[in-house]
Amino acid sequence: MRDFDYEAPTSLADAVGLLTKSNGTARPLAGGTDLIDHVRTGRVSADLIVDLKKIPELMVLEVNDEGLRLGAAVPCYQIYEHPGILEHYSAISDSSNIIGGMQIQNRASVGGNLANAGAAADSTPALIALSATVVITGPSGTREIPVDEFCTGPGQNVLESGEIIVELRFPPRPAHSGSHYRRFIPRNEMDIAVVGVGASVVLDESGENFVSARIGLGAVAAKPFYAQEASEILAGQPVNDETIQKAGAAARAVIHPITDMRGTEEFRNHVTGVLTERVVKKAVERARG
Amino acid sequence: MAKKRIVTATINGREEEFLCQPRQTLLEILRDTLSLTGAKEGCSNGNCGACTVLVDGRAVNTCMVLGVEADGTDIETIEGLAPGDGLDPIQEAFLGNAALQCGICTPGYIMAAKAFLDENPNPTEEEIRFAMAGNLCRCTGYDKIVRAIQEAAEKRAGQPASCQKETV
Amino acid sequence: MATIDETKSAEGSDETPKYKVIGTRPIRHDGADKVTGRALYGADIKVKGMLYGAIHRSPHAHANIKSIDTSKAEALPGVRAVATSADLPEPGDKIAELGEGSVVLNHLSSNNLARTKVLYKGHSIAAVAADNIHIAREAASLIEVEYELLPPVLDVMEAMSDEAPVLNPDVRTEEVATGEKGDKPTNVAKRFLFEKGDIEKGFAEAKYVVEREFRTSTVHQGYIEPHVATVLWNNDGQITVWTPTQGTFSVRQQVAELLDVPLARVKVVPAEIGGGFGGKISVYLAPAAAVLSRKSGAPVQLVMDRADVLQATGPTPGSYIKIKMGVDAEGHLTAADAWMAYEAGGYPGAPIGAGAMCVFSCYDIPNGRVEGFDVCVNKPRTNAYRAPGATNAAFATEGVVDELCGKLGMSPIDFRLLNASKEGTRRIDGVVYPRVGLVETLEAIKESEHFKTPLTGKNQGRGIGSGFWFNAGLKSAVTATVNSDGSVGLLEGSTDIGGSRTAIAMQFAEAIGLAAEDIKPAVVDTDSVGYTDVTGGSRVTYATGWAAYEAAQDLKRQIIARSAELWDVDPAQVSYEDGHVIGPDKKACFKEIAVELSAGGEPLVGRGVSNHNEPGGAFGTHVVDVEVDPDTGKVDILRYTAAQDCGTAIHPAYVEGQIQGGAVQGIGWGLNEEYWYDKEGSMTNANFLDYRIPTCYDLPMIDAIIVEVPNPGHPYGVRGVGEVPIVPPPAALAAAIQDAVGVQMTELPMSPPRVLHELLKK
Repeated sequence: MRDFDYEAPTSLADAVGLLTKSNGTARPLAGGTDLIDHVRTGRVSADLIVDLKKIPELMVLEVNDEGLRLGAAVPCYQIYEHPGILEHYSAISDSSNIIGGMQIQNRASVGGNLANAGAAADSTPALIALSATVVITGPSGTREIPVDEFCTGPGQNVLESGEIIVELRFPPRPAHSGSHYRRFIPRNEMDIAVVGVGASVVLDESGENFVSARIGLGAVAAKPFYAQEASEILAGQPVNDETIQKAGAAARAVIHPITDMRGTEEFRNHVTGVLTERVVKKAVERARG
Repeated sequence: MAKKRIVTATINGREEEFLCQPRQTLLEILRDTLSLTGAKEGCSNGNCGACTVLVDGRAVNTCMVLGVEADGTDIETIEGLAPGDGLDPIQEAFLGNAALQCGICTPGYIMAAKAFLDENPNPTEEEIRFAMAGNLCRCTGYDKIVRAIQEAAEKRAGQPASCQKETV
Repeated sequence: MATIDETKSAEGSDETPKYKVIGTRPIRHDGADKVTGRALYGADIKVKGMLYGAIHRSPHAHANIKSIDTSKAEALPGVRAVATSADLPEPGDKIAELGEGSVVLNHLSSNNLARTKVLYKGHSIAAVAADNIHIAREAASLIEVEYELLPPVLDVMEAMSDEAPVLNPDVRTEEVATGEKGDKPTNVAKRFLFEKGDIEKGFAEAKYVVEREFRTSTVHQGYIEPHVATVLWNNDGQITVWTPTQGTFSVRQQVAELLDVPLARVKVVPAEIGGGFGGKISVYLAPAAAVLSRKSGAPVQLVMDRADVLQATGPTPGSYIKIKMGVDAEGHLTAADAWMAYEAGGYPGAPIGAGAMCVFSCYDIPNGRVEGFDVCVNKPRTNAYRAPGATNAAFATEGVVDELCGKLGMSPIDFRLLNASKEGTRRIDGVVYPRVGLVETLEAIKESEHFKTPLTGKNQGRGIGSGFWFNAGLKSAVTATVNSDGSVGLLEGSTDIGGSRTAIAMQFAEAIGLAAEDIKPAVVDTDSVGYTDVTGGSRVTYATGWAAYEAAQDLKRQIIARSAELWDVDPAQVSYEDGHVIGPDKKACFKEIAVELSAGGEPLVGRGVSNHNEPGGAFGTHVVDVEVDPDTGKVDILRYTAAQDCGTAIHPAYVEGQIQGGAVQGIGWGLNEEYWYDKEGSMTNANFLDYRIPTCYDLPMIDAIIVEVPNPGHPYGVRGVGEVPIVPPPAALAAAIQDAVGVQMTELPMSPPRVLHELLKK
């Protein structure tokens, strides 16, 4: 690998200071499962790597009445095993349980997955479905943005020089809600999503009608995104195959799939509909408990 | 050139101190600096699991960990697994079930299996296959590896609890 | 797991077992080393004072090299040597015979370090040795090459057209039957033609005729250990190569030829080898490392990463195959015609000859014709991969057979039983089979619990497929050294890629009357054992096992002669039976006599060599159940059973392992593995993330049924095992998919997008 320096600050201020001082050639490190590979292959250059795992704010993991706080560097294995996440934010648990194998999950973080801004990132559609807010700290202070606005293109995000993701915040989940993330991959594990769908639904008390829904799509456009039409189509509608098929069709209508080594345009088009329906149904099942 | 760091870690129960450039992976340090060549480099990007060791009880791909990140950790490699002159039940099960052909994936497989069985001592076949998907083997078709891990779980269950590591 | 032993079942099951050691499952001799991390594989070899090397590789698929500037690399602190093709001798038009085949040296040399052209992305151009790997890689990136870009040709059919860019100006089409060569530069290096009977008449007699085209993608052997070579060019000109290889003697010859030095000046020391499957026979790194060592005066290690392995080492060819077959009303095959074009990669050498011989190998066909072409394309030079050429061919033939079965309304297994190759069947290429076991594998599948269990679920289907491989004999040597306590060391030249130390030791132990554990097998360097051909062609258990058997016979002769002397009796009165030397009034077991003879006389050393070429071709039949997701085209394997004739199973656990491993490689080939190129000829999935070999989570247990039809051409009836099992899986999967969802897949891999495409067309 090309030569670089390494620091492991223990405070946010020190981390931001290090990242700012080195003028953009510094790279933040959480689990390293993307960064180290990218530095090795020369896809990313770095003069300084700033390890964020010793900063307490980035390792927060709390579920309470105010919702979920998920530190940006918390490794996947702590997430999918967490009872509060399993119960209320299961789409995040679903994602964290399928990012790479066991060895990757012991290192990789949801914050890193988001920051990497891959079009096929497995956790991002789940974050979108669950209305995450991204808490960002940098040289000019702290700001918060909705997760839907974080990615701006393949490998591109809104972070300015010296900024890092500190944590992801999620609102508390209403009663009769459920969420799910699923992806299509050619093998049964270890692949990058060809299509990824995250969905959360809120049902009425009867469990027979959608109150609201949020669907996030991955790997079918330049960045993961909130499928607004597909989500809104479900609000106020009865839970049945016809409604859910409409959501699937609406999801297909807003994607911009490409043909690559993971799948064809035709495949992504078709499977976006199929998977959207399957994921919404599973979220409904969970909402009904 | 970035200056070398002194890194201290417990490796197979012994405290080790080594010099490390920031750009050196833990795999490179284990293999080239510490001569622990049991961890293998198969893919260099976290897809094959041949470089698996346990860091603080959890399986990681050392090709994707920087050596400097190991400071203060407790590392267990394949070289430290066998007690005295015998073999660990997982090692015995791999031999008894002919669960290796060329053997290059075997150290990584055994370490991943250990981490997994420490956490899930009584797994189903499905759970074994899901957990081990990050370890590629090109020779065996996995049949005998899965059987070996099943047998190792049974053997370990028969041992006194003190021999088993606590669940992390 | 079931074992069907023809001889045992014929003679009744209450007899004593035929063998004491053969057929048992001892722990492998190198087992402890391999489960403790002590075994030293290629990259684990660290020679004192060693430098680390790196290769500069072409970013282009096809270009002329105008100039190479290494000055910046040489100026980097810590760099000790730089090498290019200018440092390798000009090979001229010499052809080297490498035992398992010949190679044009200029092509091999240029594949190691490109001379005037680069023929694929990743083609090695220059090598650097430095104080550490990081400096070496940085230096390699500083090498500047000026290219004249040429259009790449990646498709085998396009490469055959007259308009295609020609990769190698020296290549002319060779008519293999006559040896005649064409007169114009071309990408078509060879044309095979086999004919039998009267094909027109055969098709005229057919009630049904099916003709189909098939395509298969380029796939890689996918061994987990990347290539590596460590070389010391000593001050006296002696060269030592430490490397994981399927053939130490083959590496020795390739290195000696490419460096133009005598064989005796090169010693190859085998490291443990982390998989090969045919891909670790050609040299890629040793010649450059040798040059770097000569120039730097230090040993040099060159190691590939995964991207290098996929982009620059031997994949197996993608192919285009057209098959036409006819059957009469009763289901007898009347005629078959095949037209096959295999990608050779950058330099000639696709396994088209084998493919053309295998394409109809499972069937007794009176009239046939097979035409095959070896075609250069801008991909890495192909190399052997487990039954090279046969899997592509079987996928095509079995696909047509399945369709014929549909037309006849005949069960695929009964159709195969009716038409199966057997003793006396003459293949289209002229070879007549000796006693072979295809029918027995078909019967084993038909009688299996799996085959008798009906499928019940929606979108589920079952398919079968059969496959053949020749197996090889070739040369092997073994030396047995008897220790003063009666234990035995066995020196072998066959590198052990999957437990062969033990399979060889077991045959020796059986022959001499010892236990497998009494034997200590060692794989030694080229200076320490007689010439031995590669670990390939499914030949080691057969051929090196035979050499071990001969070493035991040699020892027995010596023991008889010297015991007679010791006991002062006529040697004719002394015999060796069941592990004992027996005289008129004395009897001693091997250990007792070995101790006595060793104490009182010359050391006991047995010599065994073999060069037999009756390896007994082998067949396998597989059955697979799948479930296809009709909305995504994804294929899940529910159950898999493979039956194979292995002659005699020396170590049944490792025979099962070969069958299971081969089947799973075939499954990967069938469902997901493929080289994915962009238009510029750049492989976009050169990693284990997107080159998708199966994980354990993609598979069920693989049931292996060992069928034993002993090979009359081996003392213990051994046939090779390793290659056959990769042949049937893609064909069996295609049949199962057809059965499940009614689409016929004619292209590999049958990945979800391809299957879904067919489903959406329906």
